[in-house]
Amino acid sequence: MELGRKVKLMQGNQAIVEGAFYAGARFYAGYPITPSSEIAEESAKRMPLLGGIYMQMEDEIASMAAIIGASLAGAKSFTATSGPGFSLMQENLGLAVMGEVPCVVINVQRSGPSTGLATKPAQSDVMQIRWGRHGDQSVIALCPASVSECFTLTVTAFNFAEKFRVPVILASDEVVGHMRENITIPSPGELAVAERKKPTGEPAAYKPFIADEDGVAPLASYGSDYVFHVSSSMHGPDGYSNNNPANAAWRVAQLHKKIEMHREEIIITKTFDTEDADILFIAFGATTRASRAAALELRKQGIRAGVLQLMTIWPFADKKIASLGERAKTVVVPEMNYSGQVAGEVQRILGAGADIRKVNSYNGEIITPQDILKAIL
Amino acid sequence: MSHATGLQYLKKGVLPHMWCSGCGVGVMLGALVRSFEELGYERKDTVVVTGIGCTGKTDDYLVTNALHTTHGRALAYATGIKAFNPKLHVVVLMGDGDSVTIGGNHFLHAARRNMDLTAIIINNFNFGMTGGQFSGTTPADAITQTSIYGNAERQLDISALAELAGANYVARGTPYHVWELKTNIKEALSKKGFSVVEIYSPCPTHFGKNNKMKEATAMLQWLKESGLPVEKYNSLEKSARKGFFAVGKLVDREEPDFNTRYEEIRRRAMNLKV
Ligand SMILES: Cc1ncc(C[n+]2csc(CCOP(=O)(O)OP(=O)(O)O)c2C)c(N)n1
Ligand code: SF4
Repeated sequence: MELGRKVKLMQGNQAIVEGAFYAGARFYAGYPITPSSEIAEESAKRMPLLGGIYMQMEDEIASMAAIIGASLAGAKSFTATSGPGFSLMQENLGLAVMGEVPCVVINVQRSGPSTGLATKPAQSDVMQIRWGRHGDQSVIALCPASVSECFTLTVTAFNFAEKFRVPVILASDEVVGHMRENITIPSPGELAVAERKKPTGEPAAYKPFIADEDGVAPLASYGSDYVFHVSSSMHGPDGYSNNNPANAAWRVAQLHKKIEMHREEIIITKTFDTEDADILFIAFGATTRASRAAALELRKQGIRAGVLQLMTIWPFADKKIASLGERAKTVVVPEMNYSGQVAGEVQRILGAGADIRKVNSYNGEIITPQDILKAIL
Repeated sequence: MSHATGLQYLKKGVLPHMWCSGCGVGVMLGALVRSFEELGYERKDTVVVTGIGCTGKTDDYLVTNALHTTHGRALAYATGIKAFNPKLHVVVLMGDGDSVTIGGNHFLHAARRNMDLTAIIINNFNFGMTGGQFSGTTPADAITQTSIYGNAERQLDISALAELAGANYVARGTPYHVWELKTNIKEALSKKGFSVVEIYSPCPTHFGKNNKMKEATAMLQWLKESGLPVEKYNSLEKSARKGFFAVGKLVDREEPDFNTRYEEIRRRAMNLKV
């Protein structure tokens, strides 16, 4: 075993906390909710020992606000929640987009609507994650399918947040959150850890919303020599209110463009036996495992099946799906929601004529390989 | 001695300000920047967090650090800033809608946690920005745009709530008592723990107009006549207090603030760790 590396048996939720600490997170604010509470508990236990702060806020509205405040004071900050709490976070999540404030929001998805089946898994927030806030905005969202991906994608989530000055949503689900697996925690330095760009020029000339060539503006921390304003209202390059239409158009477009510009880097997918696949499974989170099992079963029967796993769900992997989908005769999208939220996106890309089979579960039960096979055979 | 002007904290070229003539928000801003100057605050160490409303527009006039937040949530944002960097002076400016109507929950818990923040609240008894609807501090029977027959609900007392919820410092002021106001703001800023300065404030445009105090001076007149120094107010029989309110420092105590307590607990945790 290499120095610093550790193999540990742990739960997905715990691996998220490990990933957050690995990435340098030192501020957590949250309000406990099943099935995410282990993230709060583990953070509460470890933060004081790491020199960080754990805050249990009065609700998720406050939790989202507090992680934004802490981030502007220089922290890598995060919160964790599920269904009802994620709904409450939306307005302030929009401020993180508007003010370009790096932070990470973990949504361990559970079965709805409303309080729903509070302890059961779902993948029904895909569209809420994308469109849940007022005002048109782009977000980044990642979906782990295993305990070790809970770790690595949490590190990635922090990296994207810091690099692109955006909130990043890590959307796991109850199954992934509570499953236990052995994972290898990389030694420090093994995985890249990104830090936000800080301003370097003359402090008096600092404009917190003038982007560099990479589409992202440097971000100071409150208390440094770079004094700055951040606003939920439409603002100019200096962060002060600005009602000029040309300015507003520039700001809104910039918020979308900086993500658009880095699509290739942001969209992470994995493929399993897709080169010659006639049947292509498109899966994310917990349904990835069942899809892989189903694909292997089909291969045994001589049917060429493969799996595309979406580790990034937003922005959506349009190009990858277009190229793999073109070859496949049938595309199968298993997901734990009624509407086929991801299937709809796949249809948008492959067109109305494509043979797309939806496999949906919306009763709090997971999708099994048998459920998937039934849809095809 | 020359008086502080606080001009170095104000953005050049943005005056005249947006507030109506006779509004109390500008007076608060003046008292605030003078307090900054007298306390020797550096712009870079100061963060002004605002909510949404006429009061919430104050950050546009300041050259300190600022965060203009969402309606009612300013205290929760400020909590995150202060908890992570306790060295910063974090000042939160809100209306009565922001602080105790939509944001009541955050107000209660910021006070209970004793966050080392200074909350300055313009209580103009209605939602100014949205055109004068009733808020949690609108007096019963008062006329507003959404209570044209009189307000069916009762009035919340912000200062009493702050005291009960655990604030270390509470004062009430008015734009009429402007020097006392500055003294109270300075005391609040200097106080460790949660401090609240509630400012009974004229909104001639809406609350005044609807309640027979349309002239900019009418509400000031009312504040002058009804606001009594705390000692005088307290010396009155309960029955004689009706129609008056106390102006000045109401609460002053020394309970440890959140960050102090968190560091205590951190030390305990470190000692437990093997
Ligand atoms: C979530 C939300 N609800 C409603 C509003 C509309 N709104 C803007 S300001 C305001 C009330 C402002 O009243 P107050 O906080 O007392 O401040 P004032 O304008 O009187 O200074 C309201 C209701 C909003 N911006 N956000
Ligand atoms: S509407 Fe009322 S609170 Fe707003 S600026 Fe005018 S007087 Fe002040």
